[in-house]
Amino acid sequence: MKKIFLLLAAVCFLSQGMAQTEKGSMLIKNGTVLTISHGILEATDVLVKDGKISQIGKGLVAPAGSKVIDATGLYVMPGIIDAHSHIGLDAINEGTNAITPEVNTGDALNPFQMGIYRALAGGCTISHALHGSANSIGGQSQTIKHRFGTFDPDALKMEGAPRTIKFALGENPTNGGRSDDLQPQTRMGVEFVIRQAFSEAKQYMDKWDTYNKNKLIKGFRGAPPAYSLRYETLADLLKGKIILHCHSYRADEINMLLKVCKDFGIKRLVFQHTNEGFKVAPELAAQGAMASVFADWWQYKLEVYYSTSYNAAILVRNGVVTSINSDSPDLIRHLYHEAGKTQKYGQLTDDEALSLITINPAKQLGIENRVGTIDVGKDGDFAIFKNHPLSIYGVPQYAIVDGIVRFDRDKDPADMRLLPDPKESIEVTLFESGHDHDACMQSVESLFGLDRVENKN
Amino acid sequence: MRKIQSIYGIIVAVVCFIVIQVEAQSPKAKYGTFALTNATIETVTKGTIINGTVVISNGKIVAVGTTVTIPQGAEVINCNGQRIYPGMIDGGTRVGLLEIGQIPQATDVREKGDIIPQMKALTAVNPNATVIPVTRISGVTTVLTAPGGSLMPGTAALINLHGYTPDQMYAGFEGVVVNFPNTGRRGFFDRRTDEDIKKASEKSLKQLNDVWEKTIQYFKLDSATKGKGVAYYPELQALLPVLRGEIPLMIEVNAQKDIQAALKWVKEKRVKKVIFTGVSEGWREAENIAKANIPVIAGPVIAIPNRDYDRYDAIYANPGWMKKAGVKVAIRSSEDGNGNYRNLPYHAGFAVAYGMNKEDALKAVTIVPAELFGVSDRMGSIEVGKSANLFVCDGDIFETKTQVSNVFIEGWQIPMQSRQTLLYDEFLKREPGLTKN
Repeated sequence: MKKIFLLLAAVCFLSQGMAQTEKGSMLIKNGTVLTISHGILEATDVLVKDGKISQIGKGLVAPAGSKVIDATGLYVMPGIIDAHSHIGLDAINEGTNAITPEVNTGDALNPFQMGIYRALAGGCTISHALHGSANSIGGQSQTIKHRFGTFDPDALKMEGAPRTIKFALGENPTNGGRSDDLQPQTRMGVEFVIRQAFSEAKQYMDKWDTYNKNKLIKGFRGAPPAYSLRYETLADLLKGKIILHCHSYRADEINMLLKVCKDFGIKRLVFQHTNEGFKVAPELAAQGAMASVFADWWQYKLEVYYSTSYNAAILVRNGVVTSINSDSPDLIRHLYHEAGKTQKYGQLTDDEALSLITINPAKQLGIENRVGTIDVGKDGDFAIFKNHPLSIYGVPQYAIVDGIVRFDRDKDPADMRLLPDPKESIEVTLFESGHDHDACMQSVESLFGLDRVENKN
Repeated sequence: MRKIQSIYGIIVAVVCFIVIQVEAQSPKAKYGTFALTNATIETVTKGTIINGTVVISNGKIVAVGTTVTIPQGAEVINCNGQRIYPGMIDGGTRVGLLEIGQIPQATDVREKGDIIPQMKALTAVNPNATVIPVTRISGVTTVLTAPGGSLMPGTAALINLHGYTPDQMYAGFEGVVVNFPNTGRRGFFDRRTDEDIKKASEKSLKQLNDVWEKTIQYFKLDSATKGKGVAYYPELQALLPVLRGEIPLMIEVNAQKDIQAALKWVKEKRVKKVIFTGVSEGWREAENIAKANIPVIAGPVIAIPNRDYDRYDAIYANPGWMKKAGVKVAIRSSEDGNGNYRNLPYHAGFAVAYGMNKEDALKAVTIVPAELFGVSDRMGSIEVGKSANLFVCDGDIFETKTQVSNVFIEGWQIPMQSRQTLLYDEFLKREPGLTKN
């Protein structure tokens, strides 16, 4: 009996494991392949085997039974990657303390969220489900693959993606309107909060190092130091095991964090939003820090007032690894268009512009060996477009994740209702373009009074 | 002699330097006679003219065609095959009313009160708003700027994006804004009970009915006394031109139920001139809107559907679907909070990518809004006699990468500069770079 139970448990475990790694084989035939890494390949086939790109060439033959997509006249590009998003999350901000590195957005994933499907419908296959920006040191964040259709939250997680953490500078963590007397209230306070946390994490590491050393001495009887997930996480950050993603707008605060990271030996650093990154582009490039930006957002708050839509182009020309992100359930659906704006503002080449939403965000998430270009051995993640993706007339036809079609425009249902509520009398009709604020303060609206309806002009 | 020459040379150089400096810092718009030659002219109303010329003089378009005589003294701008379009018109913005979002001191969008049609947007337009140059150098020359927030938040005004006073900018149209009572839940943050939502929308509708009834009474008194002897009722006075059908009621309405209710209300009250704005679920009621002969200003087009279960592209496709059903459709950007009215052509472009006819989409940002605002005799197309509101660009204006090279507003040649381009010039190769010395 016990054996059967164990067997059942094993089957359950295995099937769950399979759900997490559901992978497909397919042939994408005769498309114009935008490889990003090695130019444009006309009338070329791409073969995917068990979720990985196995061959790129002409006249490839699909293994019996695997799916074939005729991409004649279509553009095949790597699945679009968004380095800053909050889709698929049921909670975004912990926000109850100036530092909360102990939490992880990976614990708040919702595989049923329609935002995931809609992102796919915009060719976006991977996003960085970031913690919000309510506090200076926020939570750890999860890189997800848009495996819409799965019921298992864990199946969204991109297996093997490096750990990341969200920091925040400027108006959100200091929040001009925050009524209580919590530190930080100013950009000075933000620097102090971060330096203090890093210093305390170092002390914590030292205590454990000492204890672990002493433990080896025969006859040692001391007690271990108190365990803290908060400082464990920061210790891992200081050890280089976690990539730091930091919400930022102004040049001065970007410069500040560059110096703090230098002092504490943190090398893997990505600035988010980075609206004034263009002002400190040489400093960013010199330290190897990267930038993830909006194409043209400005004006929605004071710290973005001195923005320019040429930001991405200036950063790129100064040698900063740059991506275009969404931070919005709408923008994530047309990142290809956002990337196209860098051709209007700064005249980036097609490859440069497409890199902003493929290989560059992949680098920022530490997954550049897995995704972001069309090369043999990489994951079978694609966006297939009618018309060039940088054209306003570009329309995503398919989004493919690990060799499995997750969005097919021809088969898109007119009604996505899964569980209609027969008693629903008030319709939820959300009239928001989502373009008038960064979404980073979501779920702390009531804490900071942002939920007042009149707040929206 | 030589010495004098060199001193003279130095003086000339210094003067030139000063002049150039001044020019470089704040270039001014230029008025005069211009001939734009060798252009592909998208007239909008009279087809496309290849290899044509447009002549601008005294603020007007004075000649259009392939056999145009260039007047003596005209400044000739060779377009080298580039295109000329009429200036685009955005039928829904906060230009000049909102300088920085989230900062109450920097916004003049919402006045106190539920029914305040007497609040005039034109009064609060800041002609030096940063967003004005940002918007116009992308080819959007004219915008409707509207107050917002409450049930009847004020009177919107059409302005050209050039001028030093609101009066210089005024483009000849005003309309009273109504945010039609919303019976839906506004989103995740809207935690009101079903009952509260119902009560709130019923209360608003009653307010709307009351003020309309009062306006009718006021109109009768006003007519009987020939405008004398009526007491001071600013909100009713502001509504008189609406009642008389001189200016339209611009009704912001989005959810299907609300559109149905608005159609009913307009019919019951016999409102003479009506424009629906927003209409993000217009596709659900397109035939009824068409039947009622009510034009719409739809947008933002690049937006997510209102309901989770709707087709992901419903809002992209909405203008095309409505047009197909016979509705007169203008497109607005409505990118209020982030000042991106310059994206108006992309909203039209998305409508095309998702099914709208390209010609109709171009009309939806040019001649159709001009007609809705009663200014099509002055703008919205490239025709002789119209105001010289137009721009030159190197391709299809809906395409993302297209560059605009010249903009004219009422015959003024606009400097192709904004704070955003200045920052680009300054920071592309920053000096000093990484080290100061």
